[in-house]
Amino acid sequence: METVLHDVLLVGGGGAGLRAAIAVAEAAPALSVAVASKVYPMRSHTVSAEGGAAAVVKADDSLDAHAYDTISGGDWMCDQDAVEAFVREAPEEMLRLEHWGCPWNRELDGHIAVRPFGGMKIERTWYAADKTGFHMLHTLYQTCLKYTSITTYDEWFVTSLLVDDGRCQGAVAIQLATGKVYALLAKAVILCTGGCGKVFPYTTNANIKTGDGMALAYRAGAPLKDMEFIQYHPTGLPFTGILITEAARSEGGWMLNKDGYRYLQDYDLGRPEPKPVKKSMELGPRDRLSQAFVKEMEKGRTIETPHGHVVHLDIRHVGEKVIDAKLPFVRELCLKYENLDPVTELIPVRPVVHYMMGGVHTDIEGATPVPGLFAAGEVACVNINGANRLGSNSLTELVVFGARAGTAAARFAAAQSEPTRGVLAQALDEERRLNREFLEKSGGSERVAPLRTEMQEAMEKGAGIYREAKGLQAAADTIAAVKERFGDVALDDRSRTFNTELTACLELSNMLEVGDAMIHSALHRTESRGAHQRTDHPERDDERFLAHSLAHWSAGAAPRIDYLPVTITRWPPGERVYGR
Amino acid sequence: MAQSITIEIRRYRPEQEDEPVWQSFEVPCRDEWMVLDGLNYIKDELDGSLSYRWACRMGVCGSCGMVVNGEPVLTCATYLSSFAPGPVRVEPLKGFPVIRDLVVDLQDFVDKLKSVKPWIIRDEERPLSEGEYLQTPDELAAYKQYSMCINCLLCYSACPIYSLEPTFIGPAAIALAQRYNLDSRDQGAEERMDVLSQHEGLWCCTFVGECSEVCPKHVDPAGAIQRYKVAATAEWFKSLLPWGNR
Amino acid sequence: MSQSGKLIPSEVASRKAANPRYQLFHPKWYRPRYPIFWWVEKIAYLRFITRELTSLAVGYAAVLLMVEVWALGRGEEASHRFHDLLGSVPVLVFHGVLLALLLFHSVTWLNLAPKALVVRLGRRRLPDRLVLLGHYAAWLVATALVVWFLVGR
Repeated sequence: METVLHDVLLVGGGGAGLRAAIAVAEAAPALSVAVASKVYPMRSHTVSAEGGAAAVVKADDSLDAHAYDTISGGDWMCDQDAVEAFVREAPEEMLRLEHWGCPWNRELDGHIAVRPFGGMKIERTWYAADKTGFHMLHTLYQTCLKYTSITTYDEWFVTSLLVDDGRCQGAVAIQLATGKVYALLAKAVILCTGGCGKVFPYTTNANIKTGDGMALAYRAGAPLKDMEFIQYHPTGLPFTGILITEAARSEGGWMLNKDGYRYLQDYDLGRPEPKPVKKSMELGPRDRLSQAFVKEMEKGRTIETPHGHVVHLDIRHVGEKVIDAKLPFVRELCLKYENLDPVTELIPVRPVVHYMMGGVHTDIEGATPVPGLFAAGEVACVNINGANRLGSNSLTELVVFGARAGTAAARFAAAQSEPTRGVLAQALDEERRLNREFLEKSGGSERVAPLRTEMQEAMEKGAGIYREAKGLQAAADTIAAVKERFGDVALDDRSRTFNTELTACLELSNMLEVGDAMIHSALHRTESRGAHQRTDHPERDDERFLAHSLAHWSAGAAPRIDYLPVTITRWPPGERVYGR
Repeated sequence: MAQSITIEIRRYRPEQEDEPVWQSFEVPCRDEWMVLDGLNYIKDELDGSLSYRWACRMGVCGSCGMVVNGEPVLTCATYLSSFAPGPVRVEPLKGFPVIRDLVVDLQDFVDKLKSVKPWIIRDEERPLSEGEYLQTPDELAAYKQYSMCINCLLCYSACPIYSLEPTFIGPAAIALAQRYNLDSRDQGAEERMDVLSQHEGLWCCTFVGECSEVCPKHVDPAGAIQRYKVAATAEWFKSLLPWGNR
Repeated sequence: MSQSGKLIPSEVASRKAANPRYQLFHPKWYRPRYPIFWWVEKIAYLRFITRELTSLAVGYAAVLLMVEVWALGRGEEASHRFHDLLGSVPVLVFHGVLLALLLFHSVTWLNLAPKALVVRLGRRRLPDRLVLLGHYAAWLVATALVVWFLVGR
């Protein structure tokens, strides 16, 4: 088997991955960095983020205010030491992006412009029109091209991590263009593979968000933390699930039910004002807005369409000039995918799965419990987003924790010796498994697509915005049954050259593990907090559950769940207040 | 009974054939479906061995560029019903070697992008403690259009020069070089000029103009190249002067 | 072969490396040859090639001008014979066609000017039409000058 040896291996080349790679290249230019991504880096899902990235910049703003907004928005599930570090480093990271060429929107005098965003008391969201993620990703990608110590392995699909002698020493990857399996050895591995929205049927996420990194770490012995907290973004388009950014609401959009009524006022989110009021009504936190939609639907006040129930997002009063200046992409998307012009018509929207607050358990340096394995970005759970993430915190999270994980991994790698011999044997085993279970398997009657659809439907039904024990258990049973049938899967495509059915199959196996962790974590948390709402346990229970759930993988059985207390430093748990 | 439409795909499986072959599939033609939805239907229901790239399905990642009925388009942003009654012919992007089915090798573009130094080049970096480089909205508008490139490479497929002369740096790479040249924070225009004023750079372009026609983000690479030609010519004349900088 | 909602059974044995030229992990990438008549396939390409080919008309006009100057330099008789030749019907027709091609080339060339010349006024660029108008105005003025010089004086 061919091996490739580097000092630091990044799995995933999105915002966090590229920032971490640059951090290693700058902190320790002598170390060689490999970025292995299953797609070309500029295709990573960071590219579709729209709204903005939060960092304290105004004179009347403070780090404490950003921290408090984040912690209360997260319903006190956030580790406050991590949040403090996050808000402190955020402005510097955003400035670094600006120095690298990111085209942030500006005030007339040339300073950075910021806009208000959901759940934040003071404006602090840096933005680049409404394509912030796109500009950030391309800035990072183009900047990382100048470092000679970074080598990208584009379209290399990592199938498993190599853990030997108590530390992570690399990964096994398929070079998609040729089908050849390699052992990518490294002294430190950083996972930056993003979230797993594709576990659900309706999501803003791209096809590539299948939780690969979460599953890799999970199987390698790192627990998955807080997996039950899944964020539904309140405004996604009905058929495609395409994201309509929160910025549409921060520029003044209203959410209307079928009677044209701003229904959010009925849900303790404030009084309706003509102009947007921070932390009130449409600028409330995403979990509360999505939950309000479900309640409206139950009352029969949502609009029925061929693609399910929707409400309307009204930005007509924002005006064409502002829309073209600050929300041009929203207009483009509505014209293209809904055949309507938001300047004169109402946009049909519904909550769709958007972000995973949970992920691989890491500390505030990005290190997982497995030595040598680090994680940053949506794949990781530090946890700074708590039970509900505030909009525009995740783009900042990518660069802050990408940089932290990069410097921590560089330090770790510099102190390591060469890889042990055990890893090569493991890599060969993995190659044999891929051949045996997929490429050279005879027989088998299941196909990937129907299994995937069944898993997605079960997740939406049992682990949606509102859950209860029976529904969750039914979902768990369905996932277990699908996992069983997965053992009988047969591929149409036995080619080794760019076999996308094989990758779809491997992605499905990753999603099944991650979905399982989500459901069991949700089953065990018998309280309601943030994005995890149990109709059979509707109250928040700080006595028993002011703690992170940790799901530990066990082969062929349900995950073992235990708890880790939340780190509270300066903000004791209080009430989440919006609109008052 | 639902309407259906025929999609003909140019397949290429190196393990099976030396030359690509056409294969037809019958798919439903729903109003809200893009060509990409048709391809997904084929892969999920009819033939799992069809290989193609896609990710965001909202026209921002640039993965799903293919040639549909002769035109390079983003299949996630092209309605299937716009080709009714069909057939719809789907082929891989022109100008690039075909790895498999609708997947082409993009390494040449990545190498060329790297060669134009698409990053902020400064004689002296401003320390972070001094804050941001001031850039007025007007200065931002000067290069904003060229920064919208999603690297979908439809322009390379549309450019006959790139197919005829593979050493041509190409529309998107030059547009991205211009994006940095026109950025008020950048001081690297001279360095990039050295790369681009060679034959494979600007001067291969004969302003066919198709690149700008097919660009889904209205980057106008053809305009970027012509402007660059004017600038390059001016630079050359300046260098002739005794106080010129060459 | 056409499939209508039917599943193609996987034929593992018969599909595996049916092409003897395939080497494991070294697939041969397909590099299509660009056809010599690539420019016939699209109207846009045809327009482009026509535009480029009409530059020959421009070249011819330049050469014609040089020949005329040379003929004038040769004396009255030479230039009279030259002008008689120019006045003959076939040559007139030929030059008529060439004039049309020349005009086509000039118009298409001028129409491209706004792409290369971007003038910014603050945040907005000067509208393309104004740049175009400027170029056509300059062409008109130059033509008027030449006409006045040759005929008006």
